[in-house]
Amino acid sequence: MTPLAGCLLVSSLLFSVGLAGALTRRSAILVLAGIELMLNAANLNFIAFWRFGAHPEALTGLMFVIFSIAVAAAEAAVGLALILAIYRHARTSDVSEITEMKG
Amino acid sequence: MTASFLILAILTLAGGVAAVTLRRLVHCALALAVSFAGLAALYLNLGAEFAGLAQLLVYVGAIAILIVFAILLTRGSETEDRAAFSPAGFAGAVLALAVFAVLAWAVVTSGAAHSAGLGSAPPSTMREIGFALMQRYVLPLEVIALMLTAAMIGAVIVAVREKASEAGTTAGALPRPEPGRELRTR
Repeated sequence: MTPLAGCLLVSSLLFSVGLAGALTRRSAILVLAGIELMLNAANLNFIAFWRFGAHPEALTGLMFVIFSIAVAAAEAAVGLALILAIYRHARTSDVSEITEMKG
Repeated sequence: MTASFLILAILTLAGGVAAVTLRRLVHCALALAVSFAGLAALYLNLGAEFAGLAQLLVYVGAIAILIVFAILLTRGSETEDRAAFSPAGFAGAVLALAVFAVLAWAVVTSGAAHSAGLGSAPPSTMREIGFALMQRYVLPLEVIALMLTAAMIGAVIVAVREKASEAGTTAGALPRPEPGRELRTR
Protein backbone atom coordinates (compact mmCIF):
# COMPACT_ATOMS: atom_id res chain seq x y z
CA MET A 1 0.00 0.00 0.00
CA THR A 2 1.30 3.41 -0.90
CA PRO A 3 1.65 6.18 1.73
CA LEU A 4 -1.19 8.13 0.12
CA ALA A 5 -3.59 5.19 0.45
CA GLY A 6 -2.50 4.69 4.08
CA CYS A 7 -3.25 8.34 4.86
CA LEU A 8 -6.63 8.11 3.15
CA LEU A 9 -7.54 4.94 5.05
CA VAL A 10 -6.58 6.50 8.41
CA SER A 11 -8.59 9.58 7.51
CA SER A 12 -11.68 7.60 6.51
CA LEU A 13 -11.44 5.58 9.74
CA LEU A 14 -11.21 8.82 11.74
CA PHE A 15 -14.22 10.21 9.84
CA SER A 16 -16.24 7.10 10.68
CA VAL A 17 -15.29 7.31 14.37
CA GLY A 18 -16.39 10.96 14.42
CA LEU A 19 -19.63 10.12 12.61
CA ALA A 20 -20.37 7.32 15.09
CA GLY A 21 -19.73 9.71 17.98
CA ALA A 22 -21.97 12.40 16.52
CA LEU A 23 -24.78 9.91 15.86
CA THR A 24 -24.70 7.79 19.01
CA ARG A 25 -23.82 10.06 21.96
CA ARG A 26 -26.51 11.83 23.97
CA SER A 27 -24.39 14.72 25.23
CA ALA A 28 -24.48 17.72 22.89
CA ILE A 29 -20.84 18.49 23.70
CA LEU A 30 -19.72 15.08 22.45
CA VAL A 31 -21.81 15.50 19.30
CA LEU A 32 -19.74 18.65 18.68
CA ALA A 33 -16.55 16.67 19.42
CA GLY A 34 -17.56 14.11 16.80
CA ILE A 35 -18.05 16.90 14.27
CA GLU A 36 -14.56 18.20 15.11
CA LEU A 37 -13.13 14.72 14.50
CA MET A 38 -14.78 14.62 11.07
CA LEU A 39 -13.34 18.06 10.22
CA ASN A 40 -9.89 16.81 11.25
CA ALA A 41 -10.25 13.78 8.98
CA ALA A 42 -10.90 16.13 6.06
CA ASN A 43 -7.82 18.16 7.04
CA LEU A 44 -5.68 15.01 7.02
CA ASN A 45 -6.94 14.29 3.50
CA PHE A 46 -5.92 17.78 2.36
CA ILE A 47 -2.43 17.37 3.83
CA ALA A 48 -2.03 13.91 2.27
CA PHE A 49 -3.05 15.10 -1.20
CA TRP A 50 -0.79 18.15 -0.89
CA ARG A 51 2.15 15.95 0.15
CA PHE A 52 1.74 13.15 -2.40
CA GLY A 53 -0.20 14.85 -5.19
CA ALA A 54 0.87 16.91 -8.16
CA HIS A 55 2.19 20.50 -7.85
CA PRO A 56 2.94 20.63 -4.11
CA GLU A 57 4.80 23.92 -4.63
CA ALA A 58 1.45 25.72 -5.04
CA LEU A 59 0.73 25.08 -1.31
CA THR A 60 -2.99 24.72 -2.04
CA GLY A 61 -3.75 21.89 0.39
CA LEU A 62 -1.69 23.48 3.14
CA MET A 63 -3.52 26.82 2.77
CA PHE A 64 -6.86 25.02 2.79
CA VAL A 65 -5.94 23.29 6.05
CA ILE A 66 -4.89 26.57 7.68
CA PHE A 67 -8.18 28.25 6.74
CA SER A 68 -10.12 25.15 7.77
CA ILE A 69 -8.51 25.23 11.23
CA ALA A 70 -9.57 28.87 11.62
CA VAL A 71 -13.15 28.06 10.56
CA ALA A 72 -13.22 25.11 12.99
CA ALA A 73 -12.11 27.36 15.84
CA ALA A 74 -14.96 29.79 15.13
CA GLU A 75 -17.41 26.92 14.78
CA ALA A 76 -16.38 25.40 18.11
CA ALA A 77 -16.72 28.75 19.92
CA VAL A 78 -20.21 29.43 18.54
CA GLY A 79 -21.31 25.82 19.02
CA LEU A 80 -20.25 25.69 22.66
CA ALA A 81 -21.92 29.07 23.27
CA LEU A 82 -25.14 27.64 21.80
CA ILE A 83 -24.86 24.57 24.03
CA LEU A 84 -24.42 26.83 27.08
CA ALA A 85 -27.46 28.91 26.11
CA ILE A 86 -29.59 25.79 25.58
CA TYR A 87 -28.38 24.36 28.90
CA ARG A 88 -29.39 27.55 30.66
CA HIS A 89 -32.83 27.40 29.06
CA ALA A 90 -33.62 23.67 29.33
CA ARG A 91 -31.30 22.70 32.25
CA THR A 92 -29.89 19.81 30.23
CA SER A 93 -27.36 19.22 27.47
CA ASP A 94 -28.89 15.87 26.48
CA VAL A 95 -29.88 16.03 22.83
CA SER A 96 -32.61 13.41 23.26
CA GLU A 97 -34.34 15.49 25.95
CA ILE A 98 -34.37 18.80 24.06
CA THR A 99 -37.55 18.18 22.10
CA GLU A 100 -39.29 21.56 22.21
CA MET A 101 -38.86 22.19 18.50
CA LYS A 102 -39.71 18.63 17.48
CA GLY A 103 -42.27 18.59 14.66
CA MET B 1 4.47 3.66 4.96
CA THR B 2 6.85 4.09 7.86
CA ALA B 3 6.69 2.83 11.41
CA SER B 4 6.32 6.35 12.82
CA PHE B 5 3.26 6.93 10.63
CA LEU B 6 1.70 3.68 11.87
CA ILE B 7 2.36 4.52 15.54
CA LEU B 8 0.92 8.03 15.18
CA ALA B 9 -2.11 6.75 13.26
CA ILE B 10 -2.83 4.16 15.96
CA LEU B 11 -2.47 6.84 18.67
CA THR B 12 -4.83 9.18 16.83
CA LEU B 13 -7.44 6.52 16.18
CA ALA B 14 -7.26 5.17 19.74
CA GLY B 15 -7.80 8.68 21.07
CA GLY B 16 -10.77 9.18 18.76
CA VAL B 17 -12.36 5.85 19.70
CA ALA B 18 -11.86 6.58 23.40
CA ALA B 19 -13.38 10.04 22.94
CA VAL B 20 -16.62 8.64 21.54
CA THR B 21 -16.94 5.56 23.78
CA LEU B 22 -15.87 6.59 27.31
CA ARG B 23 -18.69 7.30 29.74
CA ARG B 24 -17.37 10.26 31.71
CA LEU B 25 -17.39 13.46 29.68
CA VAL B 26 -14.13 14.83 31.09
CA HIS B 27 -12.31 11.64 30.07
CA CYS B 28 -13.81 12.01 26.61
CA ALA B 29 -12.48 15.56 26.30
CA LEU B 30 -8.98 14.50 27.36
CA ALA B 31 -8.99 11.57 24.90
CA LEU B 32 -10.06 14.06 22.24
CA ALA B 33 -7.02 16.20 23.09
CA VAL B 34 -4.79 13.11 22.66
CA SER B 35 -6.36 12.49 19.25
CA PHE B 36 -5.78 16.11 18.17
CA ALA B 37 -2.15 15.95 19.32
CA GLY B 38 -1.65 12.73 17.36
CA LEU B 39 -3.05 14.43 14.27
CA ALA B 40 -0.65 17.34 14.75
CA ALA B 41 2.23 14.85 14.91
CA LEU B 42 0.89 13.21 11.73
CA TYR B 43 1.00 16.60 9.97
CA LEU B 44 4.58 17.08 11.14
CA ASN B 45 5.39 13.57 9.91
CA LEU B 46 3.98 14.44 6.47
CA GLY B 47 6.15 17.56 6.21
CA ALA B 48 3.50 20.21 6.97
CA GLU B 49 5.22 21.93 9.87
CA PHE B 50 3.09 25.07 9.91
CA ALA B 51 -0.21 23.17 9.78
CA GLY B 52 0.97 20.80 12.51
CA LEU B 53 1.93 23.58 14.88
CA ALA B 54 -1.27 25.50 14.11
CA GLN B 55 -3.22 22.32 14.85
CA LEU B 56 -1.39 21.94 18.15
CA LEU B 57 -2.06 25.57 19.12
CA VAL B 58 -5.68 25.80 18.03
CA TYR B 59 -7.04 22.31 18.71
CA VAL B 60 -5.08 21.10 21.73
CA GLY B 61 -4.58 24.54 23.21
CA ALA B 62 -7.96 26.14 22.56
CA ILE B 63 -10.72 23.81 21.42
CA ALA B 64 -10.03 20.90 23.81
CA ILE B 65 -9.80 23.30 26.76
CA LEU B 66 -12.98 25.06 25.58
CA ILE B 67 -14.77 21.70 25.54
CA VAL B 68 -13.55 20.99 29.09
CA PHE B 69 -14.90 24.40 30.17
CA ALA B 70 -18.25 23.68 28.52
CA ILE B 71 -18.47 20.29 30.28
CA LEU B 72 -17.77 21.89 33.66
CA LEU B 73 -20.20 24.78 33.03
CA THR B 74 -23.04 22.44 32.06
CA ARG B 75 -22.30 20.10 34.98
CA GLY B 76 -21.90 17.23 32.54
CA SER B 77 -19.20 15.68 34.73
CA GLU B 78 -21.73 14.77 37.43
CA THR B 79 -24.20 12.86 35.32
CA GLU B 80 -22.76 9.41 34.78
CA ASP B 81 -25.64 7.29 35.99
CA ARG B 82 -27.78 8.03 32.95
CA ALA B 83 -27.31 6.26 29.65
CA ALA B 84 -24.48 7.77 27.64
CA PHE B 85 -25.70 6.54 24.26
CA SER B 86 -28.90 7.49 22.52
CA PRO B 87 -31.65 4.91 21.89
CA ALA B 88 -30.80 4.85 18.18
CA GLY B 89 -27.11 4.41 18.94
CA PHE B 90 -26.84 0.97 17.38
CA ALA B 91 -28.23 2.23 14.07
CA GLY B 92 -25.77 5.14 14.16
CA ALA B 93 -22.81 2.80 14.69
CA VAL B 94 -23.95 0.57 11.82
CA LEU B 95 -24.32 3.64 9.60
CA ALA B 96 -20.80 4.83 10.49
CA LEU B 97 -19.43 1.34 9.69
CA ALA B 98 -21.21 1.42 6.33
CA VAL B 99 -19.72 4.85 5.57
CA PHE B 100 -16.25 3.53 6.40
CA ALA B 101 -16.78 0.48 4.18
CA VAL B 102 -17.75 2.68 1.22
CA LEU B 103 -14.82 5.07 1.77
CA ALA B 104 -12.30 2.24 2.16
CA TRP B 105 -13.63 0.54 -0.95
CA ALA B 106 -13.27 3.80 -2.90
CA VAL B 107 -9.71 4.33 -1.64
CA VAL B 108 -8.55 0.76 -2.35
CA THR B 109 -10.06 0.56 -5.84
CA SER B 110 -8.98 4.06 -6.92
CA GLY B 111 -5.66 4.95 -8.47
CA ALA B 112 -4.38 6.34 -5.18
CA ALA B 113 -3.52 2.85 -3.95
CA HIS B 114 -1.15 2.28 -6.87
CA SER B 115 0.42 5.65 -7.67
CA ALA B 116 4.00 5.92 -6.56
CA GLY B 117 3.92 9.39 -5.01
CA LEU B 118 6.81 11.73 -4.43
CA GLY B 119 9.83 10.55 -2.54
CA SER B 120 10.77 13.72 -0.71
CA ALA B 121 8.65 16.27 1.08
CA PRO B 122 7.82 19.36 -0.98
CA PRO B 123 9.38 22.58 0.29
CA SER B 124 7.09 24.59 2.53
CA THR B 125 9.19 27.15 4.35
CA MET B 126 7.63 29.87 6.44
CA ARG B 127 8.81 32.38 3.84
CA GLU B 128 6.82 30.74 1.05
CA ILE B 129 3.75 30.31 3.27
CA GLY B 130 3.93 33.99 4.21
CA PHE B 131 4.23 35.08 0.59
CA ALA B 132 1.30 32.85 -0.38
CA LEU B 133 -0.84 34.22 2.46
CA MET B 134 -0.05 37.82 1.60
CA GLN B 135 -0.29 37.55 -2.18
CA ARG B 136 -2.42 34.79 -3.63
CA TYR B 137 -4.58 34.06 -0.57
CA VAL B 138 -4.92 37.56 0.85
CA LEU B 139 -8.67 37.78 0.17
CA PRO B 140 -9.49 34.52 2.03
CA LEU B 141 -7.24 35.71 4.85
CA GLU B 142 -9.25 38.94 5.23
CA VAL B 143 -12.52 37.01 5.04
CA ILE B 144 -11.27 34.67 7.80
CA ALA B 145 -10.33 37.66 9.95
CA LEU B 146 -13.82 39.14 9.52
CA MET B 147 -15.44 35.77 10.24
CA LEU B 148 -13.40 35.24 13.41
CA THR B 149 -14.45 38.66 14.68
CA ALA B 150 -18.10 37.98 13.89
CA ALA B 151 -17.92 34.54 15.53
CA MET B 152 -16.38 35.98 18.68
CA ILE B 153 -19.07 38.67 18.97
CA GLY B 154 -21.78 36.13 18.20
CA ALA B 155 -20.50 33.66 20.80
CA VAL B 156 -20.45 36.38 23.47
CA ILE B 157 -23.98 37.53 22.59
CA VAL B 158 -25.35 33.97 22.58
CA ALA B 159 -23.64 32.80 25.77
CA VAL B 160 -24.08 35.89 27.91
CA ARG B 161 -26.67 35.57 30.66
CA GLU B 162 -29.77 37.60 29.95
CA LYS B 163 -30.43 40.39 32.37
CA ALA B 164 -34.07 39.61 33.03
CA SER B 165 -33.48 36.01 34.06
CA GLU B 166 -30.49 37.00 36.14
CA ALA B 167 -32.48 39.65 38.00
CA GLY B 168 -35.25 37.11 38.54
CA THR B 169 -33.05 34.40 40.02
CA THR B 170 -30.64 36.49 42.08
CA ALA B 171 -32.85 39.38 43.15
CA GLY B 172 -32.98 38.21 46.74
CA ALA B 173 -29.36 37.19 47.07
CA LEU B 174 -27.55 40.16 45.55
CA PRO B 175 -28.15 43.86 45.92
CA ARG B 176 -29.64 45.47 42.88
CA PRO B 177 -27.21 47.49 40.79
CA GLU B 178 -27.69 51.21 40.72
CA PRO B 179 -29.76 52.43 37.79
CA GLY B 180 -26.90 54.37 36.23
CA ARG B 181 -24.41 51.49 36.45
CA GLU B 182 -26.32 48.65 34.90
CA LEU B 183 -24.35 46.26 32.77
CA ARG B 184 -25.42 46.34 29.20
CA THR B 185 -25.66 42.84 27.78
CA ARG B 186 -26.61 43.81 24.27
